[in-house]
Amino acid sequence: MLDGTTAEIKERSALRINPAKTCQPIGAMYAALGIHGCLPHSHGSQGCCAYHRSQLTRHYKEPVMATTSSFTEGSAVFGGMANLTTALQNIFSIYNPDIVAIHTTCLSEVIGDDIPTIIKKAREEGKVPEGKYVIHTNTPSFVGSHVTGFSNMVASIIKYLAEKTGKTNDRLNIIPGYVDPSDMKEIKRLLGMLNVSSIILPDTSGVLDTGLDGNYAMYPKGGTTVDNIKSMGDSFATLALGHFASHAAATQLENKCNVPAGFLELPIGLTGTDRFINAVRQYATIDIPESVEEERARVIDLMSDLHQYLHKKRVAIAGDPDHVIAMTQFLVDLDMEPVYVVTGTPGQFFERRINEIVKSTLPEFKAKQAGDLFEMHQWMKQKPVDLIIGNSYCKHIARVENIPLIRFGFPIMDRGTHRLFPTVGYAGAARLINEMVNALLDKKDRECEEQWFELIQ
Amino acid sequence: MIEIIPDREGQVLRKGDGDKSAPMVCDKKSTAGSVSQRACVFCGSRVVLYPISDALHVVHGPVGCAAYTWDIRGSLSSGAQINRNSFSTDLREMDVIYGGEKKLTAALRQLIDRYHPNAAFVYSTCIVGVIGDDVEAVCRTVAAEKGIPVIPVHSEGFKGTKKDGYRAACEAVATLLGTGSTEGIKPHSINILGDFNLAGETWIIRDYYERMGIQVVTCITGDAKIEDIRRAHGAKLNLVQCSGSMTHLAKMMEEKYGIPYKRASYFGIEDMSAALYDTAKFFSDDPTIMERAQNLVREEVGKIYPQLQAYREELQGKKAAIYVGGSFKAFSLVRALRLIGMQTAVVGSQTGGKEDYEQLAEICDPGTIIVDDSNPLELAKFVLEKDVDLFIGGVKERPIAYKLGVAFCDHNHERKEPLAGYLGMLNFAKEVYSSVMSPVWQFVPRRRLQHQHSAFVTTPVKKQHPVDPCTQTLEEK
Repeated sequence: MLDGTTAEIKERSALRINPAKTCQPIGAMYAALGIHGCLPHSHGSQGCCAYHRSQLTRHYKEPVMATTSSFTEGSAVFGGMANLTTALQNIFSIYNPDIVAIHTTCLSEVIGDDIPTIIKKAREEGKVPEGKYVIHTNTPSFVGSHVTGFSNMVASIIKYLAEKTGKTNDRLNIIPGYVDPSDMKEIKRLLGMLNVSSIILPDTSGVLDTGLDGNYAMYPKGGTTVDNIKSMGDSFATLALGHFASHAAATQLENKCNVPAGFLELPIGLTGTDRFINAVRQYATIDIPESVEEERARVIDLMSDLHQYLHKKRVAIAGDPDHVIAMTQFLVDLDMEPVYVVTGTPGQFFERRINEIVKSTLPEFKAKQAGDLFEMHQWMKQKPVDLIIGNSYCKHIARVENIPLIRFGFPIMDRGTHRLFPTVGYAGAARLINEMVNALLDKKDRECEEQWFELIQ
Repeated sequence: MIEIIPDREGQVLRKGDGDKSAPMVCDKKSTAGSVSQRACVFCGSRVVLYPISDALHVVHGPVGCAAYTWDIRGSLSSGAQINRNSFSTDLREMDVIYGGEKKLTAALRQLIDRYHPNAAFVYSTCIVGVIGDDVEAVCRTVAAEKGIPVIPVHSEGFKGTKKDGYRAACEAVATLLGTGSTEGIKPHSINILGDFNLAGETWIIRDYYERMGIQVVTCITGDAKIEDIRRAHGAKLNLVQCSGSMTHLAKMMEEKYGIPYKRASYFGIEDMSAALYDTAKFFSDDPTIMERAQNLVREEVGKIYPQLQAYREELQGKKAAIYVGGSFKAFSLVRALRLIGMQTAVVGSQTGGKEDYEQLAEICDPGTIIVDDSNPLELAKFVLEKDVDLFIGGVKERPIAYKLGVAFCDHNHERKEPLAGYLGMLNFAKEVYSSVMSPVWQFVPRRRLQHQHSAFVTTPVKKQHPVDPCTQTLEEK
């Protein structure tokens, strides 16, 4: 199937082959699922909603609820106002969510539906019950990527809901970025160890990682409550994790409620987690407890024990920009060589940042924003790598080139446990080291000549 | 209490419900605001054409539509696998303003030069329908230039339901018919329509027909190659599975080439055998075909029957809910379940027609809930109400079933074992058995003794790990 991939690179002016991104609305839907009692609503054709739900289900292996405006030819001509108004009425009378988070699609964007006006009118007509919330964000599929959609939704949640009463709540806001429920949970665990009271938005832990107890809850226990979101305006600071997914929301909150924002990368790997812990220490004026120091020391212990298997290994990495930036830093920490670094999401910041991280340690590497997996594969044909890090879509390349793949990012559709195991924090760093070393050694054990096959590594 | 959206009441029927003799309402766009399990026109076209593996499939639109449909069907190919890549024009803001025709032209040229496909399908997405690109003209130009068919698929998402997408796909395929030589096609020849070679199912069916002495010209679209589709008009009979997607094509072929068609289903012993006998009857000029069909059925059923019986004993009396894309598949599933002793308590589809639902009502037991275009809340409600042991559905239904503590069988794109033919019936029984009898369910509250709400109230009831009856030796039995 990858016969068409050649080492020779021809200019592709108008064409995406095997993308490393998808469209905005799915990111907005995922972000909205991180609000407690929220029903995401897709304002467009019903295929969009079905695809996003299927894709999220494939990754999280959980039911994903969302509604759609079910556009028809009539809506495409006359606009989607009637559909959205009917939808709001049906949603509240049947599914009874606390809050509906609407995102647009390419179709409704091009038609130019004015969502705030439609919401206002629906409210005036009594179609939105008292005490219920309806918010929206614009997610044109032809701009940015799914990460942009996530960022837009989180910023809009803040814009609609955050309030400043003037009385501090003594809490620290965390915008965790487009990470898995396991990651959000791990961030909360770390903050608990640091004894810092926090509000995390969005928070899909307890929503997309629930247990099997014989019940099906349309609105699981997890998610940031509307009350907590409101209260974010009274927090003493906000830490935004990830330039692409989280900075917009923190800036929004800073502008709206004057909450000082700290901008960080995702706390993936040692340096990333150190920076996060340090920022929490500074903003919350706390001392780092010994237990956290110990967790960190254990990761460094692993790094020294296993350095010999990782050092100078050439790595190709593809995925969402915030994940890839943080992971690239971790690879440098591990003395590995991130030689090909790709994100599908557009944004020059990505290439600049990767350059900063890698330049001093590697003479030769390629970094690309708005790239695709086809091109990364072509680079690998020119000069191979030892390891691939990326989502499930990288498995085709991994197979054809016989290179181990570490599944990382979104979507992972061919493995099942990622939603329970974090990649962030010291725990996440340990897990990533475990996966990388095992993958490399398993391959060696399987393929090396017998005289090199060792019992003790 | 879970309710049904008032607007949807006509789409739910309880067999034997005296008050509601009114015909089933279906073929309706989903109600705005419902958590519909349905997809769009584009999805319909994409799933039907996807298995044509030596063609390019270029999605003209923003990247999402191509990304979500990248390598999602387990349709196996015996040769080329170009279809497993994802090609998109990745339309950006400027393209939306100035039009995407130039981009599409360039994309097609570059892809055709790189992959040398035997044809190209160009899917229009929602946005193309609004910005007004002349996709047909682009296709004509590139086709003339490159000397291969470049076929526009009119699949703008909002222009109807998934069924309209099937129709658009049929029309795209129809443009290829009659363009190839029919030399070498024998008088006893068929096309298999509406099988998609999931987990290699087309190969199983094809083998049966060939053993009967019938030539299979092509399958549309399971493991189909462009050259074979071009000469499909030379076949003497079309056998239509997945009627929702392919009846339109069969009718077009009947009209234009005089090829009659018959409905067929390859799920379950009864339907599989009926399909083979129907075909043999059609070619009654050669009585040896029927003879061979009878021998084949005897042989194949003989192989699986004892094992099916063993599963039946274990599964007797268990209840199932079915929610699938096409309704014709639902008939076969009801019968196949009955064969292994199970009763269907809930059955529904995304795209069934009025007649389909009438027929479903006929074959189902009294009290069965029949539903069109359902949503997760409704499905959960029916599953609880009927206390089913098994749910048969697709990707979006699986986690809901599991959360309710109910076993699951994927009868959609993500099936891992072939479920068609006699071998498929045995696989189906195995899969149902292994999920229904999984020891995991004994740990779920719903499965524990009543009034035992917490796992820690008393020690969980210890049940011996069930042993697959077909792996037991005779002595053990």
